[in-house]
Amino acid sequence: MSKLRIDARFAALKAAGRPGLITFVMAGDPDGDSFEAILAALPGAGADLIEIGMPFTDPMADGPAIQAGGLRALAGGQTMVKTLAQVDRFRARDQATPIILMGYYNPIYAYGVERFLADAKGAGVDGLIIVDLPPEEDDELCLPAIAADLAFVRLATPTTDDRRLPTVLTNTGGFVYYVSITGITGAASPQAADVAAAVGRLKRHTDLPVAVGFGIRTAEQAAAIAATADAAVVGSAVVSLIAEAAADGLRGKVLAERIAGFIATLAAGVRAVARAA
Amino acid sequence: MVQAAPAPNSYRAMPDARGHFGLYGGRFVAETLMPLILDLEQAYRDARQDPSFQAELDYFLAHYVGRPSPLYFAERLTAHCGGAKVYFKRDELNHTGAHKINNCMGQILLARRMGKRRIIAETGAGQHGVATATVAARFGLPCTIYMGATDIERQAPNVFRMKLLGAEVVPVTSGSRTLKDAMNEALRDWVTRVDETFYIIGTVAGPHPYPAMVRDFQAVIGTEARAQMLEAEGRLPDSLVACIGGGSNAMGLFYPFLDDPGIAIHGVEAAGHGIETGAHAASLAAGRPGVLHGNRTYLLQDADGQILEAHSISAGLDYPGIGPEHAWLHDVGRVHYHSVTDDEALAAFRLCAEIEGIIPALEPSHALAQVLKMAPALPSDHLLLMNLCGRGDKDIFTVAKALGVSL
Repeated sequence: MSKLRIDARFAALKAAGRPGLITFVMAGDPDGDSFEAILAALPGAGADLIEIGMPFTDPMADGPAIQAGGLRALAGGQTMVKTLAQVDRFRARDQATPIILMGYYNPIYAYGVERFLADAKGAGVDGLIIVDLPPEEDDELCLPAIAADLAFVRLATPTTDDRRLPTVLTNTGGFVYYVSITGITGAASPQAADVAAAVGRLKRHTDLPVAVGFGIRTAEQAAAIAATADAAVVGSAVVSLIAEAAADGLRGKVLAERIAGFIATLAAGVRAVARAA
Repeated sequence: MVQAAPAPNSYRAMPDARGHFGLYGGRFVAETLMPLILDLEQAYRDARQDPSFQAELDYFLAHYVGRPSPLYFAERLTAHCGGAKVYFKRDELNHTGAHKINNCMGQILLARRMGKRRIIAETGAGQHGVATATVAARFGLPCTIYMGATDIERQAPNVFRMKLLGAEVVPVTSGSRTLKDAMNEALRDWVTRVDETFYIIGTVAGPHPYPAMVRDFQAVIGTEARAQMLEAEGRLPDSLVACIGGGSNAMGLFYPFLDDPGIAIHGVEAAGHGIETGAHAASLAAGRPGVLHGNRTYLLQDADGQILEAHSISAGLDYPGIGPEHAWLHDVGRVHYHSVTDDEALAAFRLCAEIEGIIPALEPSHALAQVLKMAPALPSDHLLLMNLCGRGDKDIFTVAKALGVSL
């Protein structure tokens, strides 16, 4: 079912003749109830797939916005158990929107790999993106995840050359996440032309959908990137907006509406990119 | 917690081809860095087999660093303890005042060989930052040092030293603002400017090949000490003692002796205010295996896998992890690990200054405190060798504060 939910969503996007929008939010940010309200509002606002960050104290590939989001969540008492329970409650209401958990290995390792995979699957998680598990460490989590029918979505980067690409694509499931810049999340914005060339290169090596992220902040950028890829990922910009709105005192449904408004503009940008089915 | 594995044929055959020391080590890094890590591994393998690389390194170690460092019989300390014969390996006499430069010299020669144009490093106490800034200045490469904002406050002399050497010192204000956060920020820099940058990691941690490479560059300590002890006493030492933060001075001393079964080996972690207080840096004594900064090792962490802040009076030991080879040597029982509190280290610091005329760094003061515990009970023909891996000039402000003295 898991991989199928991601596959079905990309198939539906293709049939609709448009690219997808993937949004990233940090679990438990700024607090558990507000996070659940935001999560619940994302599909209606136009998020086609959802990445949920699992907070970690030492997120070495993330920029300031997502670092701060993780620390806000941890300060509020977020744990892996809570994250999985939040996904479970989301899934009870929405059986179609794929959920991909994104983060670092240590919280999963501490939870226990077998237990994590069973609980994630049970909660309705569809895929995993684990930043610090390259193919060289596949037996840690990637292979057990595949055996548990969870997609292991791999990151490909500008430094992943043609020689290495087959290694990266082996065991990758659901889609390929192309990191459009060398750098951390939320840093420099990618050049659409470079991304188009990179996506073309990936497409020569795989039939999987290609999503592109890192540094996409506006509806215009999302549209430009989505024009060349199967989906655009927006993360830091969403997390920054949550930080601003939370600092203004917004919580719960009011905060969720503010975030949904931004997601809707991103979705409108992406959906304006029509292409031949 | 972890079951001891059967004793291997050699303790010096690690890591395996994937960079694992038993359960520990590995390459837990973002994909952006992976091609570079593989290039580095290849470049290091080639360099090791190139006699001209070793010859160049030997030249700079002799004429620039000042090696070999002396082996010194600490006669008055020995008399004070009334037991084992205590020797110091005097790596505090190296250029820049600690063992750190042994590794920096090796890595910068490798960086040049790889055609890298820019050096970055993390630092805690500032000793590795100073050593990195030093070799970067010597070879004319721009250098950026990441240092936790908290450490910048408590190690002001080293910050100024780095700046005099032309390095840019970037304060890290994320997380706990200490060494682990400086390492996160250095990794973020590396991932951003991956093609031109060489990251000189200062300890036997990080993704493979760093733990093995740093150990190899530091093993000059143990290799020299072996020959020097044979010269001085006609035989090898009976026991070795070294302090451990990440553990590079300890691995450097221990490695050439690991396969001598008669030699007892002791590593000393920082117990801070005491293990029971939670304010310490003893990852073997109070941590459990986890994954951070590119390797699996013992980490101070909570039940949910979140990394805890370490504490030690010594900024160089103030790290919530330990090199993966130490984690393995701990599990297989080849090395015995102990812990020493801030107060015990301070007392050893003062004693060493007063009766040997050597002001040690706070890091090896932890090793010395362990020596003071062990030596009195050992026979007078027992040869105990301690790595005096750094000098204490950088620590006088910290020590003055701890003693309630205003300078």
